[in-house]
Amino acid sequence: MSTPLNAPSAPRDPFVAASGVRTRPGLVVAWTLLMMGGIAMMVPLVYMVATSLKFPHEVYDLNIIPKEPTFENYIYIFKNTRFGLWFVNSLVTSTFVTISVLFFDSLIGYTLAKFKFRGREIVFIAILTTLMIPTEMLVVPWYIMAKNFGWLNSYWGIMFPGLMTGFGVFLMRQFFSGIPDDYIHAARVDGLGEFRIWWVVAMPLVAPALSALTIFTFLGNWTAFLWPLIATNDRGLYTMPVGLASFSGEYLTDWELIMAGATIATLPTLVVFLVFQRYIIRGVVLAGIKG
Amino acid sequence: MAELSLRDVVKRYGDIDIVHGISLDIADGEFVVIVGPSGCGKSTTLRMIAGLESLSGGTISIGGRVVNTLEPKERNIAMVFQNYALYPHMTVFRNIAFGLYAARLPKAEIELRVRKAATLLGLTDLLDRRPSALSGGQRQRVAMGRAIVRDPTVFLFDEPLSNLDAQLRGQMRTEIKRLHHTIRTTIVYVTHDQVEAMTLADRIVIMRDGRIEQMGHPLDVFHHPASTFVAGFIGTPKMNLVEVGVQADAADARLDLGGGAALGLPQGAARIGGRSRIILGIRPDDLQIRPVGQAGAGDGVRHLSGEVVLSEPLGSTTQVISRIGGSEWIGMSDGHFIPTPGSRITMIPDARRLHLFDIATGKAIADGGTEVGTHLG
Repeated sequence: MSTPLNAPSAPRDPFVAASGVRTRPGLVVAWTLLMMGGIAMMVPLVYMVATSLKFPHEVYDLNIIPKEPTFENYIYIFKNTRFGLWFVNSLVTSTFVTISVLFFDSLIGYTLAKFKFRGREIVFIAILTTLMIPTEMLVVPWYIMAKNFGWLNSYWGIMFPGLMTGFGVFLMRQFFSGIPDDYIHAARVDGLGEFRIWWVVAMPLVAPALSALTIFTFLGNWTAFLWPLIATNDRGLYTMPVGLASFSGEYLTDWELIMAGATIATLPTLVVFLVFQRYIIRGVVLAGIKG
Repeated sequence: MAELSLRDVVKRYGDIDIVHGISLDIADGEFVVIVGPSGCGKSTTLRMIAGLESLSGGTISIGGRVVNTLEPKERNIAMVFQNYALYPHMTVFRNIAFGLYAARLPKAEIELRVRKAATLLGLTDLLDRRPSALSGGQRQRVAMGRAIVRDPTVFLFDEPLSNLDAQLRGQMRTEIKRLHHTIRTTIVYVTHDQVEAMTLADRIVIMRDGRIEQMGHPLDVFHHPASTFVAGFIGTPKMNLVEVGVQADAADARLDLGGGAALGLPQGAARIGGRSRIILGIRPDDLQIRPVGQAGAGDGVRHLSGEVVLSEPLGSTTQVISRIGGSEWIGMSDGHFIPTPGSRITMIPDARRLHLFDIATGKAIADGGTEVGTHLG
């Protein structure tokens, strides 16, 4: 229904704002809900940053803007704790695990999607079943394995359980299945070997899935707590979540220090998200195929 | 360039044979079109030539060399796919040069070959674009460019025009034909469009249910279809194929079209060979429609009378569907004559262009050259 704005006799459409922009009741509800969700998500973050800028005596005041803003906490954690090292540990392990997951999961996913071989479905189902086992149940076997192989208290010990994931294989297989076979056949006729077809042709076509997998894997490992806590007791090998948790003692918790560390900890996740999210949104897969 | 030979080629999936031992020899530089309805095994055959499907039996050789177990890249073939299969993340240049990079050719050589192909196909201005910024026809040309630059011994086309609209399809058809005249490479082209097959081919191969139904020069196939299937498949509009009764004496035969109408086949008894019913085929172009009483000089008594069911004006001609007895026939009239449904018209079959087929096998028993006389009922 369109109402001429300057028609004097026409009754005013209640859903057309004075500016002429049409608003629907559904949109109003949607925006309200989204805003409430956004605020609910933002509040803890805002408090995190605010607390990190406060002195200890002000921590339990609920004011958002600190009375005496200070960077003391940041300086303290870098000067007097091994925070910098934990940051590096987290960065190294998360990055390595992410690269490994991207490489192996997409290779396995591609093979399961594009090659027909005996037992293919069984392999896929077996990989899927690993998704249904909670981490807590796996921790004991991981620990026994790491202990027997002498991997405790090492980067490798922190990383090995995550180097390949069932979820990543599942995600990549689904995306590779969506690539028309003609792309692969054309490359085969053009003389590429199977590995190069995967790398040069298939991988760029699933860029959105790779971006999603990058974000999930990096964030998952960056925030991982339980396994890194179990796998390490050398403070120099702590990852950041484990290190931050060590600020919380039995009788006293240094909230302002934890919040300063947590604020820094969110920065890489923000960077990863901002860099890769646009690849998720840009779905370019089918532009070269007319179907 | 090379000749291509298929010997007793079989493709089997599980217990089901998709291609039943076909044999085909294609000369160096020949343009062969494999045509047939969906599921006839034509694309499978092409993919076996390309090496994208394995053979279940028989041999394929290119340039005298058996290629059964060779990888696609070792066969020196190029293929144009139905969906073009252009890589969306690469420019037109990179797409065309793709096979050359794969072959690790020197940069200067790649540049030279791509420019040459682009000039040939009118793509010079588009080399920096991505496939998503191209029209359907341009994408098709890029796909052809990718095949040309590799200078293959055999070109394979898998329904390359089926995604284009009718006008563009006609235009691209011409371009492909011109391209073949220029580069003179052996081409195997698969399509379900009989017009493409007719216009492009040096030789048509018509496939049905995994077997070759007939092959030959397009006009040969058109004028002498070996079966009712070929007769119905090749030619637009479709050939009229109607079951008719036969009465024969010692020498002559008479085809009973129903409703009292009949066509005489002087000296036709021997060809009919004692059959009591056959299938008569007449192409619509060989069945002229005229107003009653305007049969024209020289047509004598060789005309039939029918009732118009529908007229479809096409401009220079009118396609007229009319009924004789219980069956309907498509004929052509002059574009100025558009008979109204229900009216009566005169139908004049071209006496030299009658096709007769066996009812049980569908195979041709006599075709063009059979003289007829008509008996009005």
